[in-house]
Amino acid sequence: MMEKMVFGRYIPGDSFVHRLDPRSKLIFVFIFIAAVFLANNTVSYALLLAFTLLSILASKVRIGFLIGGLKPVMFLIAFTFLLHIFFTKEGDLLFQLGFLKIYEEGLRQGIYISIRFLVLVLMTSLLTLTTSPISITDGLEVLLNPLKKVKFPVHELALMMSISLRFIPTLMDETDKILKAQLARGSDISSGTMKERIQAVVPLLVPLFVSAFKRAEDLAVAMEVRGYRGGEGRTRYRQLKWDWRDTTALLILLAVIVALWFLRG
Amino acid sequence: MDIALEQVGYTYAAGTPFQKQALHDVNVRIPSGSYTAIIGHTGSGKSTLLQHLNGLLKPTAGIVRIGDTQVTKETKGKQLKPIRRKVGIVFQFPEHQLFEENVLKDIMFGPLNFGVEEEEAKARALRWIERLGLPEGTAEKSPFDLSGGQMRRVAIAGVLAMEPDVLVLDEPTAGLDPAGRKEIMDLFYELHEQRDMTTILVTHSMEDAARYADHMIVMHDGMDVLQGPPGEVFADAERLAEWRLGVPRTVSFQRLYEEGAGLPPGPPALTEEQLAAYLAADLGKGGGAS
Amino acid sequence: MERILSLQDVRFTYTPDDPDGRHAVDGVSFDMHAGEWIAVVGHNGSGKSTLARLMIGLLFPQEGTVGLFGDTLTEDNLWEKRSQMGMVFQNPDNQFVGATVQDDVAFALENNGIPFEEMTLRVQNALKQVKMDTFLDHEPQHLSGGQKQRVAIAGALALRPRLLILDEATSMLDPQGREEVIRVILDLREKTGLSVISITHDLEEALLADRVVVMNGGRKFAEGTPQEVFLKGEALTELGLDLPFAMRLSALLGEQGIGTEPGTMTERKLVEQLWTLRSNR
Ligand SMILES: Nc1ncnc2c1ncn2[C@@H]1O[C@H](COP(=O)(O)OP(=O)(O)OP(=O)(O)O)[C@@H](O)[C@H]1O
Ligand SMILES: Nc1ncnc2c1ncn2[C@@H]1O[C@H](COP(=O)(O)OP(=O)(O)OP(=O)(O)O)[C@@H](O)[C@H]1O
Ligand SMILES: [Mg+2]
Ligand SMILES: [Mg+2]
Repeated sequence: MMEKMVFGRYIPGDSFVHRLDPRSKLIFVFIFIAAVFLANNTVSYALLLAFTLLSILASKVRIGFLIGGLKPVMFLIAFTFLLHIFFTKEGDLLFQLGFLKIYEEGLRQGIYISIRFLVLVLMTSLLTLTTSPISITDGLEVLLNPLKKVKFPVHELALMMSISLRFIPTLMDETDKILKAQLARGSDISSGTMKERIQAVVPLLVPLFVSAFKRAEDLAVAMEVRGYRGGEGRTRYRQLKWDWRDTTALLILLAVIVALWFLRG
Repeated sequence: MDIALEQVGYTYAAGTPFQKQALHDVNVRIPSGSYTAIIGHTGSGKSTLLQHLNGLLKPTAGIVRIGDTQVTKETKGKQLKPIRRKVGIVFQFPEHQLFEENVLKDIMFGPLNFGVEEEEAKARALRWIERLGLPEGTAEKSPFDLSGGQMRRVAIAGVLAMEPDVLVLDEPTAGLDPAGRKEIMDLFYELHEQRDMTTILVTHSMEDAARYADHMIVMHDGMDVLQGPPGEVFADAERLAEWRLGVPRTVSFQRLYEEGAGLPPGPPALTEEQLAAYLAADLGKGGGAS
Repeated sequence: MERILSLQDVRFTYTPDDPDGRHAVDGVSFDMHAGEWIAVVGHNGSGKSTLARLMIGLLFPQEGTVGLFGDTLTEDNLWEKRSQMGMVFQNPDNQFVGATVQDDVAFALENNGIPFEEMTLRVQNALKQVKMDTFLDHEPQHLSGGQKQRVAIAGALALRPRLLILDEATSMLDPQGREEVIRVILDLREKTGLSVISITHDLEEALLADRVVVMNGGRKFAEGTPQEVFLKGEALTELGLDLPFAMRLSALLGEQGIGTEPGTMTERKLVEQLWTLRSNR
């Protein structure tokens, strides 16, 4: 079941981007998201697009694969594009068909917004495609560490996240199994009135909850037996290493931001 | 009701980078009234095959014939429900499918879904509760208050109450203690005998396959590599080893004995009783003298 | 020899407020010496898992004491005692905490504050011991049941425990997986002299132990070497237990008028007797 999802999945690999520290990648993406809003003219948008393409190249992720993963968001991009085209009524009239009027400014805004959307989606996809979920969690935990001072449960949150991630495939398998077992007993989720359909979900949900609780209980016991007592006094097996690549990546990003600033019209 | 698979192929997640072909060109016939055991190494495609037997999976290639119904990749979901009434499946760890507030209701779930009258469904449920040797008063209990072994029986009762013509079992005794295991396997065998119910057992236990089955299908890497009676399948230990399978304990003991005694390999002993009789015969005691 | 585990008249019930409630473990005592291997057998619900939970301080007895490495187990020394023990459970999926094989093995080490350099060494070593050292970065969903259980054993071994408790660690596995795990445990015993308590329904596995404890309805029904225990024959089958294959076959041969030595447990010994019978015919 899990296997069908392509969007947002981690694809192991070896590239400049894969090797970056998750912290630098997270910082990079956050800053990039903010920087995208600096662009406001053709040159600056072109720069954004080029920079994104360059990042993709550096990650050695197949472009076709990324585009495939974009399908679910393509609709959103197309929708915002059309929205801008039809509702912006400035600049020269370019084209008229009946009551549909397309203005130069509308087209321009439509394209800009689409690019903005596209690079945001591409960059965040790139983050998840090249960083295992567990590294992202690790990176977040370290980045959020200062929050511990205000009693924010950073470690617990990170652990919870990593365990949830670890159990997603297991629970999906489980759902599939229970669904099939109930189908074999004649339950029917895909037809009938709304009420019947809702009722048909009960035989699926109850076993799922029961099993999730059982798993959680087993897991808690397994963790306790292995000496887990919360974050205090724990050492870390996963060491994050910040090296020249990370510094380079952030410096390049800085250069791009400076360029965007000067290119602003 | 005969079941036949003709050139059946099945691919999981077809069309994605993660696709996985689990069955290749499988040709299998399961005669009506037989007790068929399906064996094979982990991942050889046994569970995938089994889900084709009642339309939980539709083949991505080939045809599945169940009685006079055909299932191909074009078959609509609606047409599958009548098949599911005729072919009941007991999955691995079937207790995971329990959900009702009491045992009675849970067992009635299947029959009611297939249009059995309330009264009749209830009568059936009570009958099967007794038949499976569950203690009195179980019907009103919550299934979640029962012991593991009892939950397993309730889940099995829920499938049997549909009174299918064909019963499919995917490792039905995993995790039970030896006594519980034997009781349940004997029960299935009795049902098979008394009701002439076609029974299909997926198992990792060569001993169970040898003891109960009259027909066997060996799966390897998504293909059916051998079919025949257990006596034939277990005669060639070397070939089974190539498919990473063993022979029943009785057979390995028999071969050990024959080797040390300088005897040619005889027909495999499928049960401990057969083995004892064979040994007795060779030692000139008991049954027939040699 | 040093006594590493000592149960004295341990009683435990899950329903202490119910005066008629059954005791899941009812007055059990036994001792274990360093390096010993004990198999615990018994029907479903006979109290085996409860016993294991009492040993590692997941539960505390209402009566009696659990002694570990010379001290009585209390709330205060619990974590220190636990750091010298490992436990592996039945369900391979529900005890895999880490995202990958190496993270999972490191989990107990992280909890016990082992420094990083030492951790990497120990993770490597532990995985080597269970022959999983080439799977460092594998995720659990891409491992077989037997492999996951071996990783769980490595996770316990990394702490260098003095006592390893296996609660039906092989019961959800296919025959190959089971064999892999048993081979790993046998290997460990030979090389490290680790003390092992193995709860199992598999009698052939129990035959490998130094001592067998039979549980029945929360009580200890019998204790002794496999020889001593399995000689009880029918008394065990009545409890829902099985007998080893060689013993079942001996009994059937007896019905056919072929006498073998009582208490022949292994196939090897049985077949040798039959060969002798044959040549003396
Ligand atoms: N839902 C799924 N998605 C993708 N691949 C799957 C799925 N289910 C099974 N497979 C793959 O198909 C192949 C056959 O699996 P199947 O479960 O039929 O084997 P099996 O013989 O029943 O094994 P076992 O003895 O372990 O139960 C395996 O390689 C498995 O990894
Ligand atoms: N968490 C619990 N709450 C209440 N009762 C329990 C709990 N766990 C076990 N029991 C009961 O305690 C008794 C002993 O159970 P235990 O799990 O120790 O048996 P077991 O010998 O390990 O069985 P199995 O072979 O099925 O694993 C059983 O009657 C069981 O129903
Ligand atoms: Mg299977
Ligand atoms: Mg138990």
